Amino acid sequence: MVTGVRRIALWFAVTVTVVVLLFGYRTSTGASTVGVNTVLASPAVPAGTTASAVGTTVTGPSASTRWGPVQVQLTVAGGVITDVTVVEYPSGNGKDRQINARALPVLVRETLAAQSTGIDMVSGATVTSEGYLESLQGALDQAGL
Amino acid sequence: MTVADRTHRRVEHVMGMPVSLALRGRHAADTAAAAAWAEAVAVLREVDRVFSTHRPDSVVSRLGRGELEPADCPPEVAEVLGLGALAEQESGGAFAVRRAGPDGAGVLDPSGVVKGWAVDRAAAPLRALPETDFCLSAGGDLLCRTLDPDGEPWRIGIEDPRDTRRVLAVVPVTTGAVATSGTAHRGQHLVDARTGRPPSGIASVTVIGNSLTWADLDATAAYVLGQGAAAWLATRPGRTGFVVWADGGTTTVSGPAA
Repeated sequence: MVTGVRRIALWFAVTVTVVVLLFGYRTSTGASTVGVNTVLASPAVPAGTTASAVGTTVTGPSASTRWGPVQVQLTVAGGVITDVTVVEYPSGNGKDRQINARALPVLVRETLAAQSTGIDMVSGATVTSEGYLESLQGALDQAGL
Repeated sequence: MTVADRTHRRVEHVMGMPVSLALRGRHAADTAAAAAWAEAVAVLREVDRVFSTHRPDSVVSRLGRGELEPADCPPEVAEVLGLGALAEQESGGAFAVRRAGPDGAGVLDPSGVVKGWAVDRAAAPLRALPETDFCLSAGGDLLCRTLDPDGEPWRIGIEDPRDTRRVLAVVPVTTGAVATSGTAHRGQHLVDARTGRPPSGIASVTVIGNSLTWADLDATAAYVLGQGAAAWLATRPGRTGFVVWADGGTTTVSGPAA
């Protein structure tokens, strides 16, 4: 059996916030480009931005979600996300643990210890060429091309 | 964690869907990567030529109209129809590649089998790349490989069926397959083959397993089972299921060990 498949965890709130960061600018301007640079340009999203030799770090606001407060920090170099760190995550909240604890408790613990997340690919039923540019998968591909 | 600086991405549109590849490791960005990618895309285009139900001249369209006999078809057609028959049996008839059409005539539509099966095949040239990890996605159904079992997993976001700009969950997968079935934006209307009606109470089903062919088949079969999705997935060996219900609730299911 495949070992990695068993390392499953459900990172609801954290991921939602990453997506909000990715699309925050686009939805407010209707710009036709999708990419990480647009996130940096958004005045509404970052709570703090610092530039360094290894890239620009953007810290999102602490968002309150139904699972608890979540804050994500992105590092961007040359238009590419090089680091995604969850500064604050709802570890003490019961909801997601409750769901996971029943089905896959060990796996959740492993992932919580990592304290970071990002998305490489999206699995979904509506991933078509038609909606591609507006999709999260489209944004991911653009960021990495 | 620095992922993107060593992950290289490519995308092409085949069969009306985006096919995305992420590579990392020795052959992430060189000519071997480009050749393997070209070969993978060629496999998908060939599958489309044979199996597309949107092309009247495809082998499957001609087979469905009775212009061809199964014996006249490439061997892959028998393989796909065989998988469809197996999935029909294992889902108690909810999944089927032949179903009643609007005029009562039987319609042959193996689309529910073809996608996952095609990506499993298309990944062969990528598997041949030494010291290289990949994640290949065709329209949201995907296959990952990580050679180092303790290596960093691919992080797969599961789309929120009610707001497709968001994801509901993230699954770390080192090596394995992830498939999601649900109501697509257009085109595919999944129905319970026993009733000809779309299922109720369910928004999407994601299945994680080691074969994309079977993850895709199981996701589709579970989705058309509607409210019975989670209970059925709990019987499937070696699979993990993630069901999103119509009311937004979710259920995670682990089948018995494979």
